[in-house]
Amino acid sequence: MPEDINRKKQLEEQSATTTDANDAASPLVTVLQSGNYDWAGEIMQAFGEITIIIPRERIAEVCQLLKTAPGLEFNLLSDITGADRGVEEEPRFEVNYQLFSIAKYHRLRLKILLNEDDVRVPSVTNVWRTANWHERETFDMFGIIFEGHPDLRRILLPEDWQGHALRKDFPLRGYEPYSLT
Amino acid sequence: MSVSTQNLPPQFEVVDSPLDSQMTISMGPQHPSTHGVLRLELVLDGESVVKCTPDIGYLHTGMEKLFEYKKYQQGIVITDRMDYLNPLGNNLAYVMAVEKLLGLEIPERAQTIRVLMCELQRIASHMVWLGTHALDIGAMTVFFYCFREREKILNLIEAASGGRLTPSYFRIGGLMMDLPAGFERRLKQFTDNFPDAVDTFNTLLTGNTIFQKRTQNVGIISPEDAIDWGLTGPSLRGSGVALDIRRANPYTGYENYDFEIPVEGDCDVWSRYLVRMRELGESLKIVKQAAARLKPGSVKADAPKVVLPDREAMKTHMDALIHHFLIVAEGFDVPKGEVYHPIEASKGELGCYVKSDGGPKPARVHFRGPSFVNLSALPHMAEGEMVADVVAIIGSIDIVLGEIDR
Repeated sequence: MPEDINRKKQLEEQSATTTDANDAASPLVTVLQSGNYDWAGEIMQAFGEITIIIPRERIAEVCQLLKTAPGLEFNLLSDITGADRGVEEEPRFEVNYQLFSIAKYHRLRLKILLNEDDVRVPSVTNVWRTANWHERETFDMFGIIFEGHPDLRRILLPEDWQGHALRKDFPLRGYEPYSLT
Repeated sequence: MSVSTQNLPPQFEVVDSPLDSQMTISMGPQHPSTHGVLRLELVLDGESVVKCTPDIGYLHTGMEKLFEYKKYQQGIVITDRMDYLNPLGNNLAYVMAVEKLLGLEIPERAQTIRVLMCELQRIASHMVWLGTHALDIGAMTVFFYCFREREKILNLIEAASGGRLTPSYFRIGGLMMDLPAGFERRLKQFTDNFPDAVDTFNTLLTGNTIFQKRTQNVGIISPEDAIDWGLTGPSLRGSGVALDIRRANPYTGYENYDFEIPVEGDCDVWSRYLVRMRELGESLKIVKQAAARLKPGSVKADAPKVVLPDREAMKTHMDALIHHFLIVAEGFDVPKGEVYHPIEASKGELGCYVKSDGGPKPARVHFRGPSFVNLSALPHMAEGEMVADVVAIIGSIDIVLGEIDR
């Protein structure tokens, strides 16, 4: 009989990590919902990961809240990365923030969607200092401008580089003819 | 004397004032102690560092762009070349992210071998760190002993995968192939002799007064600052925060292994050194447990549309031949979605972000390299220290430029 219970528990754990939105909500989702945050309207669960789309002007405020709110405590910013959804898409760009809590061991992804003609995002360097280089990299690769960043320069590509290399309309080998000399 | 600065780029502008004792020097990108092509712009006042600005990108090869033009299975070979001291860890982060998208179930034997090889790789990576870190500080002998031990591990990895630095051993849905005959005997030979080697390192370094004086109270970063700067792995554990992704978000069966998380609270180069030295023993413990758990079984998931069939089956079964042809020629479709899969690499949290729009090629692949993030905290640790200590601090955060520049 105890085996059956274990098996059932296992199955429950498995289903919590699979991709269906109808499955039982994870503890983090419950905490987020009970907070009644107006920005946490649509909480998406897929592949065992939780994503929330945030209006871009509120990102710094939301990050500050997530960092300190009891039960959430996302004190470590793992990563910031941009993505180009395609030249024809509207909104075209997205910025993903991967948050992690050292106390609670849970993870959360915040997502910002941006139109091509307005790629400005408030910087979160005042919330986590580690955001500095991540934001510089995202600026370098996608041309997304982080407002309030102390030192928004290119980081991986040379200073005089033209264009933003990870945009989908940037050719794989660049604009200049390929030459080794 | 006035120097014309009109034609110089701003970073080389000469600030020349009799009242100003500061001097700007460029350390690297050819400096041997920067562990690759890292350039540091140091503003010095006498011998102490006033300002430190890392300049990276010399090794940028556009890997993340390249991923978007390659099929999922072709991406594995690119990951080998990122953190070239820990290629199996990179393989694991990438294949597990793709497996998460595909929803594949990996057989137990494959998972055990993944753990075993990853821990061997961690020891090998720490061996290079230890050798070069000690060499930078002036202890040359250790280097040779470290590379001797690393050679043994590389031989084991070569026996399993055929490659030494670029194994590409983990594939989407399992492993490239099973371990070769006689592997367990060779592994036992290594695990039996490695504790003696650790004793040698401890004799040479841990009890060495000069080494202690060079590393204690150098490069201090408090736990709060370490978290704020996003440090992970041994660099964070050296600041007294017991975070290990293998414990926090277990993957590939790490929750079933018995190991400790070494933590030291002095927050300096010395305590980061002690954490890594103790990790050697813990990794060896996991290797032994994994070796004892190896049971016969398949090393490939049961997913004929994703995993290449066995060579023998291909020669006799028509459907295996068709699948082989389709996977190689056209790849396999991955469902729409995005995942972020973190693992504990030898240097910290290695996260792989994969975004799929369907189809055989990813829409976006991004790696959160621990070296990249740890290096961004270097100015915080180095400013106010002596210029000779910068070398010790760089060694203690264990960076690999291949992963920083990608």
